Amino acid sequence: MSYSTQTQAQTEAGEVAGKEFLAFTLGREEYGIDILRVQEIRGYEPVTRIANAPDFIKGVVNLRGIIVPVVDMRIKLNLGTPTYDQFTVVIILSIGGRVVGMVVDSVSDVTTLSPEQVKPAPEMGTTFDSDYLIGLGTLNDRMLILVDIDKLMSSSEMGLIEKMAA
Amino acid sequence: MAVPESASADAAPVADADGNCRFRIELPEVPQRDVDALAAELGLLGTISQESLADQRVVFTLTTPESQDSIVAICSFVLDPDDLKITHGSAQTGAAEAKPAAEDPGYGLFEPEKTDAVQPAVATAAATAAAAPAAEARNPGRRATDKEGTGQESSSIRVGIEKVDQLINLVGELVITQAMIEQRISVLDPIQYERLLNSVGQLTRNTRDLQEAVMSIRMMPMDYVFSRFPRMVRDLAGKLGKKVEFVTRGAATELDKGLIERIVDPLTHLVRNSVDHGIEMPEKRRASSKNETGKLTLSAAHQGGNIVIEVSDDGGGLSRERILDKAKQQGLPVSDTMPDADVWQLIFAPGFSTAEVVTDVSGRGVGMDVVKRNITAMGGTVDIRSVPGAGTTIAISLPLTLAILDGMSVRVGEEVYILPLGYVIESLQPAAADVKEIAGQGQVVKIRGDYLPLIPLYQIFAIEPNFTDPAQGIVVILEADGKKAALLVDALVGQQQVVVKNLESNFRKVAGISGATILGDGGVSLILDVSALLRSSRQLNADPVFS
Repeated sequence: MSYSTQTQAQTEAGEVAGKEFLAFTLGREEYGIDILRVQEIRGYEPVTRIANAPDFIKGVVNLRGIIVPVVDMRIKLNLGTPTYDQFTVVIILSIGGRVVGMVVDSVSDVTTLSPEQVKPAPEMGTTFDSDYLIGLGTLNDRMLILVDIDKLMSSSEMGLIEKMAA
Repeated sequence: MAVPESASADAAPVADADGNCRFRIELPEVPQRDVDALAAELGLLGTISQESLADQRVVFTLTTPESQDSIVAICSFVLDPDDLKITHGSAQTGAAEAKPAAEDPGYGLFEPEKTDAVQPAVATAAATAAAAPAAEARNPGRRATDKEGTGQESSSIRVGIEKVDQLINLVGELVITQAMIEQRISVLDPIQYERLLNSVGQLTRNTRDLQEAVMSIRMMPMDYVFSRFPRMVRDLAGKLGKKVEFVTRGAATELDKGLIERIVDPLTHLVRNSVDHGIEMPEKRRASSKNETGKLTLSAAHQGGNIVIEVSDDGGGLSRERILDKAKQQGLPVSDTMPDADVWQLIFAPGFSTAEVVTDVSGRGVGMDVVKRNITAMGGTVDIRSVPGAGTTIAISLPLTLAILDGMSVRVGEEVYILPLGYVIESLQPAAADVKEIAGQGQVVKIRGDYLPLIPLYQIFAIEPNFTDPAQGIVVILEADGKKAALLVDALVGQQQVVVKNLESNFRKVAGISGATILGDGGVSLILDVSALLRSSRQLNADPVFS
């Protein structure tokens, strides 16, 4: 058991070797996602609500002619207060050819993490299912919760995609 | 176009007495399936023969009165014309043709062609001298453009579809920006800023024209596909000894070019099927007291967020028993109590055929499986309706990935929705006395003597409306699939042409919504799926008789 956890941690750490992560905050937690999935960062614009969708799906916006759904991670993870003003930030992600907007409290910086800086995620301790975590990144006194954003956004839990892509 | 300059410039098409020219068409390496398809298509223009080069490539020799451009146009469905090498059957090609012929013993089949080809090689000067003035006399217009070399070819260009999409998106943005400017200047004093306002008015018109022009690039009328069928049906009916009247409807319905190209093969198959299996022999039709001439209808129409293309015949219909028997023989999971619709779907199973005899037209059990697969790949569905003795209708429903829609925008609470105008009959404010409550079944509205079910949009979409009382709001009378209903909204906003954007490309399907569009202010508005709304309303007020 402990052996398998360790090998898993090693392979995961190997995957993220020298990767760059975009750090953002939700409430008091700091998260990191693979920078290559980020298409752009925008201010929050009024969305068109979608009937009978879950709370955290705010609606859809027009991104230069493309209709893009916007999810509010603060509502989804029950972190921080969902307020919408000129400081609210939307991270536009491009995942498997699909474009999704993600509302967060703020975006801080881009950091490079070496494999040694990524520790395996504990079983508990965050609102995320640990399936969606790559690990915890340590950077001086900061700790980034590294999220496997591909997996999270395409999960049935988010309900963004009709079915799991075959 | 990579058609060698020399080919058109040497301008010595060897025309025979009927004005036919011989073309030698050298294909790049393509799958055999495409070669067959091309051969069949080009065969419609004239007489064609086929041979293979040493490196597996195929060369057609085509004798046709058509111009080289028509050949290029046909080939462009299957391959990039840049890879094509088309030469007139003139001296130089004649020699080139003769050479492989000598090496290839199998070429004997085309012996007559060869002699034909060699002849001009021998009598080059005579042939060109004789043919050129003849061609000029017959068709001076064509001759003139031939001299220009590239004159005719520049009449169309091939552009990647991504470039067109990008253009469409950019124009969309421009329209939105223009709408913003218009909004800003509407507060200005019209006397002081007269010239600015005039200019903006002109900008508005120009932008609208530009948008229309750009939109039309991708759209093509279904006629493009339909026009190839009359001849096919006639030939096929003649071959099978049947009498068929072929009718097309809705040929002007516009469909995205990408879809048009992909719909050709499945449709061809369905039409062949209808002629071969659907419509009976004249004697049999007489015996069942039907008109000897069978009727085959091909129609296209916009319906909801879809384009529905129907192939329907008035033939014998599908045989439920035969399909079930065959399915049991093949070990498919079936039962005798299956609903008709499920039974019909069995004919899409791979290798399924009830035909006793395999003809060269059909019966191998491959086609319908491929049809279904192709349509599904386009995101569409295939439905079959069949009545024994009265005929079969196969309906292909394709999503509108990109289509322009005349829409009516309506407001409910804070939200603006678009109703496709085709469904809207009228809109009015009912008198309070005309709204009747039906116990536990919702409300109905009396409009000109008819009681129509009331669909409160705010209830379906859980919106906070301004009015819940139909007598204060507006009801829009909608009709879809032969059913009418009254949709309760707060207000009508306007009427406009909208570009349908797919919601599913980045999101999932939403019940009651067929797509989205971008409004003049840059916001997104959802397009209502009227037939789904009407269906759901019927389910809400489900009459026990129908269930």
